[in-house]
Amino acid sequence: MQMPVPDAAVLAKTAQVVARLEAALPGAVISDPVELRAYECDALTAYRCPPLAAVLPRTTAEVAAAMRICSEEGVPVVPRGAGTSLAGGSLPTADSVILGLARMTRVLEVDYADRVIRLETGRTNLSVTGAVEEAGFFYAPDPSSQLACAIAGNIAMNSGGAHCLKYGVTTNNLLGLTMVTMEGEVVEIGGPWMDAPGLDLLGVICGSEGQLGVVTEAWLRILPKPEGARPVLIGFDSSETAGACVSAIIRAGLLPVAIEFMDRPCIEATEAFSGAGYPMCEALLIVEVEGSPAEIDAQLARIGAIARSFDPVELREAADADEAARIWMGRKSAFGAMGQMGDYICLDGTIPVSELPMVLRRIGELAAARGLKVANVFHAGDGNMHPLIIFDANAPGQLEEAEALGAEILTLCVEAGGCLTGEHGVGVEKRDLMAVQYGEADLEAQMAVKDVFDPHWLLNPAKVFPLGASERRRQGGQPPVAVGDSPRDI
Amino acid sequence: MREIGSEEELAELLAGRNAPLSVGGGFTRGMTGEGERLSAAGLTGIRLYEPGALTLVAGAGTPLAEVEAALAAEGQRLAFEPMDHRGLLGTSGQPTIGGVVAGNVSGPRRVVAGAARDFCLGVRFVDGRGHVVKNGGRVMKNVTGYDLVKLMAGSRGRLGVITEVSLKVLPVPETEVTLAGEGGVPVLAAALGSPFEVTGAAVSGGRTLIRLEGLAESVAYRQGALAARLGGDWEVLEGEASAALWRGVRDVAPFHGKEGAVWRVAVRPGRAPELLEALGEEAVVDWGGGLVWLLVGGDGRAEEVRAAVERLGGHATLVRRGGVPAGVPALQPEPAGVARLTGGLTRAFDPRGIFAGAG
Ligand SMILES: Cc1cc2nc3c(=O)[nH]c(=O)nc-3n(C[C@H](O)[C@H](O)[C@H](O)COP(=O)(O)OP(=O)(O)OC[C@H]3O[C@@H](n4cnc5c(N)ncnc54)[C@H](O)[C@@H]3O)c2cc1C
Repeated sequence: MQMPVPDAAVLAKTAQVVARLEAALPGAVISDPVELRAYECDALTAYRCPPLAAVLPRTTAEVAAAMRICSEEGVPVVPRGAGTSLAGGSLPTADSVILGLARMTRVLEVDYADRVIRLETGRTNLSVTGAVEEAGFFYAPDPSSQLACAIAGNIAMNSGGAHCLKYGVTTNNLLGLTMVTMEGEVVEIGGPWMDAPGLDLLGVICGSEGQLGVVTEAWLRILPKPEGARPVLIGFDSSETAGACVSAIIRAGLLPVAIEFMDRPCIEATEAFSGAGYPMCEALLIVEVEGSPAEIDAQLARIGAIARSFDPVELREAADADEAARIWMGRKSAFGAMGQMGDYICLDGTIPVSELPMVLRRIGELAAARGLKVANVFHAGDGNMHPLIIFDANAPGQLEEAEALGAEILTLCVEAGGCLTGEHGVGVEKRDLMAVQYGEADLEAQMAVKDVFDPHWLLNPAKVFPLGASERRRQGGQPPVAVGDSPRDI
Repeated sequence: MREIGSEEELAELLAGRNAPLSVGGGFTRGMTGEGERLSAAGLTGIRLYEPGALTLVAGAGTPLAEVEAALAAEGQRLAFEPMDHRGLLGTSGQPTIGGVVAGNVSGPRRVVAGAARDFCLGVRFVDGRGHVVKNGGRVMKNVTGYDLVKLMAGSRGRLGVITEVSLKVLPVPETEVTLAGEGGVPVLAAALGSPFEVTGAAVSGGRTLIRLEGLAESVAYRQGALAARLGGDWEVLEGEASAALWRGVRDVAPFHGKEGAVWRVAVRPGRAPELLEALGEEAVVDWGGGLVWLLVGGDGRAEEVRAAVERLGGHATLVRRGGVPAGVPALQPEPAGVARLTGGLTRAFDPRGIFAGAG
């Protein structure tokens, strides 16, 4: 994978930049090469590069001060939450400053009557729920990385989770934010109310991968916890049947909070790893519903009836909390279990639910053609797939082979009417595939948005857009005039 | 009025355009943009509808009624419950799906289910330079590149002409009931803060209204549990009686046929009682307090309304001008930082100011 050549002029004034940052933010600047290693990558660990320096401000005002200095010096800034991005979103370049939110974790206000919380975005996802659960509330988006990942990263990536089928992703739960622009201006957008008229800046900032501004505070929607939740485990002897069952459940008007899917390679790996007691079959669904005990019974009865019409090899309802935890245990340890099988690339394409059987079959064929193993574990209710390509990083050429397979699978997702990434973001990982999904005019329109927020393209500049497409802008030239039309499909 | 029949025709027109245009679908929101009127109502037709995947793609000019009928035939609906402005504004014509998205028009269920923008999965549009742009797609989860879908939803035609939208739809629940009683905003907050999945929370015609929807068994249970938790006396309305109440809230029926300016105020829900007290005007309250409709006679009290909203937090939009002087902007003025970004975006997408009068 290619990264831009570091700006020699910036590298040459490293000492000056560090000195200015230290003077403005005493005790918040890291420039020691050994300590900087902690910031050389995110969860896409195949790619590493220590930054020029890392800054860990304590307040929005300190963030603004750091941004002003970087802006004046022409130094690229890479915002960082917890560094769990799977797409290389927080991967530095050698000429960049990492701006980390790790010290900004305070809860600033909680209002249960208005069902909102305001906090500093360095706070981890799970600890948002932690701050409100005593009063019976929770924060809905629940990425599997929720113990570690920060709200800052969630907003930048518009992260999702298993329960998004019912509650939506980050953008649907974000009401307002405080953002510092590259020039150091502090802007407040939205607040503890709904739907400001005027352009939906909140909507476009969420999911912009740290390219439009540094988000330091946020207003999030919190929700009352349901009375209870219970999963059911359904096993099938073919992935096609499992896919058809998912469609039938949705079609019947039942809205489970989660429908998770695991295929045989994934079941085998998690079984060996966690001993969750899963049946050995071609495909497993975990369907979870919420409500009072009686409501749960009523919903599960209907889901059971639909599932039985697809002749499942197993249908296991959790009788108590213990059994429920066991059903989820395997799913939650799936990534860890895959990690034991070897190195893996986790893909994140989304497809229309109706295309599940076809796409699963084609993934199997594409993997076989390259002699690689793919395990599937994903959010089936919304078609957000997570094919895991297992490979051996020590075997020469295997990473490249696995990446090539990844590109084929994502192209397949787009051709099936879907997209490259449902929740992990583009980062550097899928940057060069953007042209598969978007035409020139489509990318031009997105880059025009960045021109407005960050005219000199200093914020996380080497991400999201193919390097060729963004080159003129990154090098400070005039934005090229877009030509050409885009493909007809949406 | 100029009718546009295809995206290509539109792209060509906009690429060579130097004079302002006022773009609309059904023109039911009574917009008064400058310039020649351009109707997108010809970009019509449902292009894809997959009930099993909960998605629908339609030309922007497709009448809302056509979309809703197609969904109803499959037991589905637009969960954000778009309002029909005709009764309130005394307009005629057919609301279009593109207009709904461009105005981010959402009804009572918005408070829990989300707004039109939350159900919009993809858009195609032609910007002021005549460039045809697509963004998003037709899948539920999509973080590929920037979310211009959100930017276009609610943009009121300021950035370009939406030609096609792709929407997430949801099943119509089996049952709905409304609890009607007393207590106002604090009671609505208690209901919305309960685990009983309230999908409507309004004060209209002096009554506090709480809606529950879902499977019959579940609604029956929640209705009892919620009434017990809230205390007080609750009349229970079912089926069509309940649905009619919420259509009334959605379309602000209590104001129909009455003179005066109509303000749509998005406010912090807990502050709605203060707002109502400060102004003392006739009101319909929705979204648990988060949305306050005000009917104001005379000069419409623009300064007082905006000052109160400024103090309490939120936005006041002038939906019907009534006696408010022509110079008062319909939208709450934005803070400088936001205005600079908004201005930059409009210049980027519409450098010649073709849509400058939109809104
Ligand atoms: C095991 C595992 C499981 C995962 N499961 C899920 C899942 O279920 N769902 C899901 O959606 N994701 C998942 N992820 C991906 C990842 O956790 C999310 O993308 C997460 O939101 C990243 O948060 P972070 O704080 O670690 O961000 P980082 O990795 O630090 O940064 C991510 C991006 O956000 C930008 N950014 C960070 N802070 C700011 C800021 N203050 N202002 C502006 N931009 C900023 C960065 O520049 C970067 O582009 C998983 C990752 C792992 C390792």
